[in-house]
Amino acid sequence: MDATKLHAIDPAPGASGGARSIPDVRELLFGDLWPYAPAPERNVWPIAERYGHFLDGEFVDGDGWFASVNPATEEVVTHVPTADAKVVDRAVKAARSAYETCWRDMPGAERGKILYRIGRMIQERSRELAVLESIDNGKPIKESRDVDVPLVAAHFLYYAGWADKLRYAFPGASVAPIGVAGQVIPWNFPLLMAAWKIAPALAAGNTVVIKPAETTPLTMTRLCEIFVEAGLPPGVVNVVHGAGATGKLLVEHPGIDKVAFTGSTEVGKLIQRALAGTGRRLTLELGGKGANIVFDDAPLDQAVEGIVAGIWFNQGHVCCAGSRLLVQENVADALLAKLDERMATLRVGDPLDKNTDIGAINSRAQLEKIDELVAAGRDEGADMHQLACPIPERGFFFRPTYFTGVTQSHRIAREEIFGPVLAVQTFRTPDEAVQLANNTPYGLSAGIWSDKGSKLFSIAGAMRAGVVWGNTFNAFDPGSPFGGYKESGFGREGGRHGLLPYLEVTG
Amino acid sequence: MSYVLPPVPSVDQVAVEQRAAAFTKRSIKTSAKKAALAFTVRMIDLTTLEGADTPGKVLRLCRKAMRPALDPQVPSVAAVCVYPTMVGVALRELAGSGVKVASVATAFPSGQSFLDVRLDEVRRTVELGADEIDMVINRGAWLAGDVARVHDEIASIKQACGPAHLKVILETGELGTYDQVRKASQVAMDAGADFIKTSTGKVSPAATLPVTLVMLEAIRDHFHATGRVVGMKPAGGIRTAKQAWQYLVMVKETLGDAWLTPDRFRLGASSLLNDVLLQWERARTGHYESVRSLSDD
Repeated sequence: MDATKLHAIDPAPGASGGARSIPDVRELLFGDLWPYAPAPERNVWPIAERYGHFLDGEFVDGDGWFASVNPATEEVVTHVPTADAKVVDRAVKAARSAYETCWRDMPGAERGKILYRIGRMIQERSRELAVLESIDNGKPIKESRDVDVPLVAAHFLYYAGWADKLRYAFPGASVAPIGVAGQVIPWNFPLLMAAWKIAPALAAGNTVVIKPAETTPLTMTRLCEIFVEAGLPPGVVNVVHGAGATGKLLVEHPGIDKVAFTGSTEVGKLIQRALAGTGRRLTLELGGKGANIVFDDAPLDQAVEGIVAGIWFNQGHVCCAGSRLLVQENVADALLAKLDERMATLRVGDPLDKNTDIGAINSRAQLEKIDELVAAGRDEGADMHQLACPIPERGFFFRPTYFTGVTQSHRIAREEIFGPVLAVQTFRTPDEAVQLANNTPYGLSAGIWSDKGSKLFSIAGAMRAGVVWGNTFNAFDPGSPFGGYKESGFGREGGRHGLLPYLEVTG
Repeated sequence: MSYVLPPVPSVDQVAVEQRAAAFTKRSIKTSAKKAALAFTVRMIDLTTLEGADTPGKVLRLCRKAMRPALDPQVPSVAAVCVYPTMVGVALRELAGSGVKVASVATAFPSGQSFLDVRLDEVRRTVELGADEIDMVINRGAWLAGDVARVHDEIASIKQACGPAHLKVILETGELGTYDQVRKASQVAMDAGADFIKTSTGKVSPAATLPVTLVMLEAIRDHFHATGRVVGMKPAGGIRTAKQAWQYLVMVKETLGDAWLTPDRFRLGASSLLNDVLLQWERARTGHYESVRSLSDD
């Protein structure tokens, strides 16, 4: 990559600076003159050998125990059982009973009080939750500490506020809870996705059976402890463990009134097919291939940060990741030169080290999927740029990577990689940017970088994406609705809109 | 031909402040902390800029600059920064020590005087033997939109400096926006600044992380475009060792490790040194010294 040429000027007269000039070497050296010492966060919280399902307010043993692995060390973290039809049935019955005997009819203010308490207790135990999340998931402690856990608490606190104001949420209409919600969540934000699902359901007066992902069950067990301590009545939230088969049992259980799923588009389609004609409610939050569009009038240095946040946040395990960079051709070289320099400062390694920027890929299976798509990118003729950094010998790690020379037909431009891999394409005009951005089966997120407010708003209006960020990326707030267009799913989570899937709105 | 400001990228306020805050999340421990403390001492421009400065006060400051602590491992600081009238005193005291003498010329801190007066002040200060001149830009002209005048004044002051290094103070607290800081940085570098510097220390806000980041990014683009190395000096408001290494982290991750030298990075400060010395003792002995055991100079 050539040196950035933002403007070609001759040094002013008298500005030659004599010996200070280094005429030919214009590379920045990101070296080890001042290496950061390891700064690992310690886990001082016990992790049991096994954690059961959480049914009717109690941890209950089961069969078919399987291990959850620390993806950074490949060591076993804990074991959880696999819920079969009987366990799922028991969980749904517990939820039904709690719904009918206490939760549905509890005054909103009382429900809100419990949700507030949960939020506060999450804040009090935030360090513990962050450390355990990083151990089980592989995400850097910097992110679990500063992003995941604060947002989890914020989500409970936000929806606590709605619990006694539901009749004002949709003026003129009357609202009622739906019943028992069956929820299946992914491994990329284990606690946060649990909060996104549980908080609005509970605020609206529903009860829940939830299945965490099989690779990240640990922090859900801590959340259950908090539920008990916070005085959540037994059966209001039930947790069943297991993989896809358990998820299938849960979403197809006839005692479920509403299904909420966050995960792959492939599985989302299966669920929609299974639920067709049952009258059960469904919301899906599926895959994405978000476009991060950088115009030539963008604040370039900050746009680079947006690219980093878009694709290298959480190892790229983000459904709304900015996994496609669309950059205006006349600033592409300058932007990518800046991106190269920024990439050189990324630190890949131990998720518990407070200076780690990119942690471990969540599982071997996911690492293999990333490997496969990256190989496809190279085979199809795109140019790979990868940070030449050391990575730990054990564990599942992938270096931050981007591809140039990507065409719209390449797999890396069309398929969700769900890893730290960015596909870069260029465009010439705003219309072309819009056309490229929307030319995908997905429609979850987009980012626009421009110094011109009018352009931000006009392009945002043209995006077929549920979330559009202007001069930022991957910014979340519980008050802001989140969800997809097209194959990215339907239904909104967060904000007032996030109540809708959990309420019967009439009149 | 009159100077024309080349196009510079715009700066997004929210995003640049977010990025600057991210540098404060780096965890600097054990060996990294010890190294940071040594870097910090070596990069300090130990400063006294008071109407009440006397030869005695400057003399004490110079002694402290050369040997900040009893521990002989503690290096001397980069420079002592004084008013022009005190340059002679500082030079006598610092002779042969390697500690540079910097002086604020050009009608510091406002810069509101006639150009020939400011040029004369610079020439005389350099003649006295100052190694470095810290000038202020003409904010009046800048805010009135006379970019060419600001540029030409800096260029002529650079000329008047002769062999002395020129640090150009933008007084970012008076410029209002990051976009203006970015532009003013460009103008100063185009006009021949050896260093660009945030503040006089007489205006609040003085140095901040985001404003320094904007200037570092300007230095980076200028380096790529011209190959010319320009140094950075945040000044004012940096009082603790922790703050100082947050700046070091930002420099390391924006301009690379090659900028972690007093030739390319300085911290303008007066009270910072004592906090660094406290932390130094803490790192060496495992416990904090009483502030009473440190000199107030």
